[in-house]
Amino acid sequence: MLIFRLFWEFFKTGLFAIGGGLATLPFLYDMQASTGWFTLDDISNMIAISESTPGPMGINMATYTGFTSMGVIGGIAAVAGLVTPSIIIIIIVSNILEKFKTNKYVQYCMYGLRAASVGLISVAGLRVAEAAFLRTQLFTETGSLMDLFNIKAFIFGVVLYVVYKKTGKHPIIYILASGVIGVILSL
Amino acid sequence: MKELWELFLVFAKIGGFTFGGGYAMLPILQREVVENRNWATNEELMDYYAIGQCTPGIIAVNTATFIGYKRKGIIGGIVATIGCVFPSLVIIMIIAAFINSFTHIVWVQHALAGIRVCVCVLVLDAVIKLAKKSLIDAATYLIFAAVVILSLFTDVASFVWIVCAGAAGVIIKTLMERSKAQKKA
Repeated sequence: MLIFRLFWEFFKTGLFAIGGGLATLPFLYDMQASTGWFTLDDISNMIAISESTPGPMGINMATYTGFTSMGVIGGIAAVAGLVTPSIIIIIIVSNILEKFKTNKYVQYCMYGLRAASVGLISVAGLRVAEAAFLRTQLFTETGSLMDLFNIKAFIFGVVLYVVYKKTGKHPIIYILASGVIGVILSL
Repeated sequence: MKELWELFLVFAKIGGFTFGGGYAMLPILQREVVENRNWATNEELMDYYAIGQCTPGIIAVNTATFIGYKRKGIIGGIVATIGCVFPSLVIIMIIAAFINSFTHIVWVQHALAGIRVCVCVLVLDAVIKLAKKSLIDAATYLIFAAVVILSLFTDVASFVWIVCAGAAGVIIKTLMERSKAQKKA
């Protein structure tokens, strides 16, 4: 049954891809080469669509490839395959963590881990900031510093931060509003 | 049953409005899980995030499983995960089936540019909140700075830095404890 193979291929990806959505990419290239369920063009479409739709990238990619290979059931099977290892592993880790939570050394370890987490999130934030506020492609074409900074986006960002801190509504509201403002200002 | 439904809804909201990687879900996660429901603390979120980086699988799914399992056991973990992936399944299938060249639509690109700015703003705010809880002394600031610089300027996978930071935490804290004990003696 093809559907079980689809599940199995994505199960392996979920089991061995460490570090988030982009880590699944090499596995998808392998899968493309060994099964031919989808084309290389499908992969590049998939990356573009996964990046421009909400939801975890890895899940988006699995849905897209599963769906292009085998329709709705294929999409579901691929996602189920991808998340099953996570669920099993996290439940095991969660139990271990609960058992050793009061252990001195586990707490010391967490003390280091939390600082590292904040660091990694900051770096991820900086990378989005680069995409949001800098126009590196235009800059390399024209060489003009004025073209490097997307002033419109920067002003919008500052205003948005002030408004967010003042009003403090649910983050989703600002995400929706920013999409609309992006279209109006043609950012 | 009510809480399972709530787990599904909360994570469907998170899955449906997260643009970008696992970090982009933090602002909504903080609001829904920490502030509105007290399902976890900010410190626990950081633990989940760190562990989610070093264990296989999608970070968002790992975090959903952690919180779901903590609230309602195995079923809770599964339901939270289903919630988290549900919007992706629906949205991606619709796009794959009906919309050719979705990413070339001009207003989609403008909307995404606006959303990217918003994600920066929200993540900045989330990082400040988390930093207040997790960066508590000179050593944690040092670990933070080292991780930022190393991940910006090298291509090493981030779980390596997480493991190093955990080891550094154990070493630094043990040394601090020893020097304190010596002073007392």
